[in-house]
Amino acid sequence: MRDDDPMASFSVHVEVTQRPGIADPEGATIERSLPALGFDEVRGVHVGKSIRFRVDAPDEASARARVTELCERFLTNPVIEDATIELTALAGAEG
Amino acid sequence: MAPKVGVLLFPGSNCEQDVVEAFAGLGAEPDLIWHGDRSLGGADAVIVPGGFAHGDYLRPGAIARFSPVMEAVADFAASGGPVVGICNGFQVLCEAGLLPGVLQKNAGLRFLCQTVTLRVASKVSVLTRDVEIGTELRIPINHFSGNYTCAPETLERLVAEDQVVLRYTDNPNGSMDDIAGVSNAAGNVVGLMPHPERASSALLGSEDGLPLLASVLAATRAAA
Repeated sequence: MRDDDPMASFSVHVEVTQRPGIADPEGATIERSLPALGFDEVRGVHVGKSIRFRVDAPDEASARARVTELCERFLTNPVIEDATIELTALAGAEG
Repeated sequence: MAPKVGVLLFPGSNCEQDVVEAFAGLGAEPDLIWHGDRSLGGADAVIVPGGFAHGDYLRPGAIARFSPVMEAVADFAASGGPVVGICNGFQVLCEAGLLPGVLQKNAGLRFLCQTVTLRVASKVSVLTRDVEIGTELRIPINHFSGNYTCAPETLERLVAEDQVVLRYTDNPNGSMDDIAGVSNAAGNVVGLMPHPERASSALLGSEDGLPLLASVLAATRAAA
């Protein structure tokens, strides 16, 4: 990489969850099964997807913008799913 | 001239031969089209068959929509050509944005494999233009994600514009408004979860899929 074109690397964690109001049958089924195991106190079970990858970008804002676009166009179906994006700068890491 | 029916073949499709067989029985000339092709080879109608295109990874249809052939399908659809997605094909057309909404997991979280009763709800679509509204059809379903979901305002529009094509008489999967199939506004792009090709011979237990498939053929340029 050239010195005049500095790029940083970010570790990305995208959590995909059902949008509010969209049924989560998997979470509901897990929750229903819990009393049989003695976990009566557990509430609000939701099941989502966890996607991890790395991305190179000049800075965190542009990395976030690219990942947001990726989520909207591919990693989620915005009709039923939301994405939560976590970015962590990788110190000195490349590739 | 016999209408040419292009049946898409993705890695993971598994209903394409049944579709070919059913259309051949109706006198059409069906042909498979590999998902990597950029041309539809002069097809008069396109069927996106059932199966598990690209392994259903990420979401059913999410990766298939990027297959090279899908650009040609979108152009064909925009020019008014009949496009029908069956089961996984319906999921692909939704992900590709050619149909509104999405198919999410069945409400009961069960894979459903059974024959259901459908009621024809609209004649606007190429799939039902030659079938009377209210006609009941016995056709098999075979899916895990068939629970049709869309924004409430989308559903209002679908109902108002006669884009709900088929409804279940006894909702098996939690679909909004008992929807088994929808079309685009023009009616030339249709998706349905049930498999009409599996109800194409008395030997299979039902011939109720034939009027739907025949309707698609009648809607082609070749028949016009």
